Amino acid sequence: MTDLAVMENTSGPAVAKQPRAKLEIQGLNFYYGTTHALKNINLSLATNTVTAFIGPSGCGKSTLLRVLNRMYDLYPGQRAEGEVLLDNENVLNPQLDLNLLRARVGMVFQKPTPFPMTIYENIAFGIKLYENLPKSELDGRVEAALKGAALWTEVKDKLNASGLSLSGGQQQRLCIARTVAIQPEVILFDEPCSALDPISTAKVEELIDELKAKYTIAIVTHNMQQAARVSEFTAFMYLGEIVEYGRTDRIFTSPEKRQTQDYITGRFG
Amino acid sequence: MTEHIVTSYDLELEALGRSIAEMGGIAEKMLSDAMDALVTMDVELARTVVSADPRLDALQRQVEDAAVMTIARRQPMAVDLRAIVASIRVSGDLERVGDLAKNIAKRAIKLGAEPRMPRATIGLKHMGEFALLQLKEVLDAYSARDVERARAVWMRDAELDALEDSVFRDLLTFMMEDPRNISFCTHLLFCSKNIERVGDHATNIAETVYYLVTGGNLPMERPKGGSINMAAGTK
Repeated sequence: MTDLAVMENTSGPAVAKQPRAKLEIQGLNFYYGTTHALKNINLSLATNTVTAFIGPSGCGKSTLLRVLNRMYDLYPGQRAEGEVLLDNENVLNPQLDLNLLRARVGMVFQKPTPFPMTIYENIAFGIKLYENLPKSELDGRVEAALKGAALWTEVKDKLNASGLSLSGGQQQRLCIARTVAIQPEVILFDEPCSALDPISTAKVEELIDELKAKYTIAIVTHNMQQAARVSEFTAFMYLGEIVEYGRTDRIFTSPEKRQTQDYITGRFG
Repeated sequence: MTEHIVTSYDLELEALGRSIAEMGGIAEKMLSDAMDALVTMDVELARTVVSADPRLDALQRQVEDAAVMTIARRQPMAVDLRAIVASIRVSGDLERVGDLAKNIAKRAIKLGAEPRMPRATIGLKHMGEFALLQLKEVLDAYSARDVERARAVWMRDAELDALEDSVFRDLLTFMMEDPRNISFCTHLLFCSKNIERVGDHATNIAETVYYLVTGGNLPMERPKGGSINMAAGTK
């Protein structure tokens, strides 16, 4: 056995090397009116990695995701305190251009949400919001996005069909393509596979694995095995707090906190 | 440990634990009987050891099947996953202990017809007792999830290796004294090797207990006690 292997065996989770942080959450608190939904969250999302958020319903995972691209801004009475630094720029700054932020931080939801437009327009729509491209270049971007979402071969002959005519799994990949098309830096997945069959789920997971080469990814999932499969880092949340955060392989084989262990082994939740 | 939300999951894990406990009991008895049979040249007792082995083999298969089914059904995580992996490993070790005891018993049956040489078996008797103690300790550590007890077993294996060296030297002396002892003593040499192997399986189980409880591994190298066999190239 080499010295290195020995070190790996004995090193604790805190020593786990992390690449540069893309998103840095510092002292984040979030309120739905008077309800304190997120309590002093401190966490970094490393560049080009997948971070999974797990925890029982109502623990704040989706809320946290919604803070990262200010989705909560759409609703009155919801407010965030603290800092969320995207490449050292505070996302929570009220002066920030939300459209630009959401172009940089894309989001894919639990239920597929295709626009009632053609497949082509579903993708082109977002690109046209931010860029003015000649038709040929736009075609190229649409094709690249659909290929990036592993959907191209299935839809290339029916780009003018309605996005709603696709199956659930295809619709979800269409939404991923739409997100990828505007070339964001971070992609937030909020339970992207919970409405999908196992084959579509496998395709989306494969996709997430490929996407991380270009993007920084955060995923909320109720499926523990999915978190174990797709992510490098996992955060276990409970009652608005991060109970444990660490490398996924460690969290799912030997978590440090009793609460984490009880949750992932199905002893409470 | 708190119970699972799904009670049948707990029942499956408990059933695995019970099968391992039964395997442990059988393996211990087989080794103990095999050693008694060898020392007292009790051919009948040796035959009961041989006939006990199929039950141990069947239990090992049962543990493996149950473990695989639980993995498929429950997708176990963390301590549950480690417990299931541990049950597969421990059942494998215990099955091998049974095989080694059976081999000793078979030699005892063969030796029934050989000229007796009681003093040649004294060292072996020691080794057998030591290995049995190690096995018992490690099985207790396993059922109690006791890391320190497991580590103690793991450390103590060096003593068994040292005992084997001393038996090896004794048997060599007896063979040199009188070539008519060669056949008898060669069988005993194999028996001592078998007992030493039982000790290795006990340390394997100790490592598994450590993994089960902590999620980590004991170092690859543990203290070694033997030297003669190493020199003779048998290790």
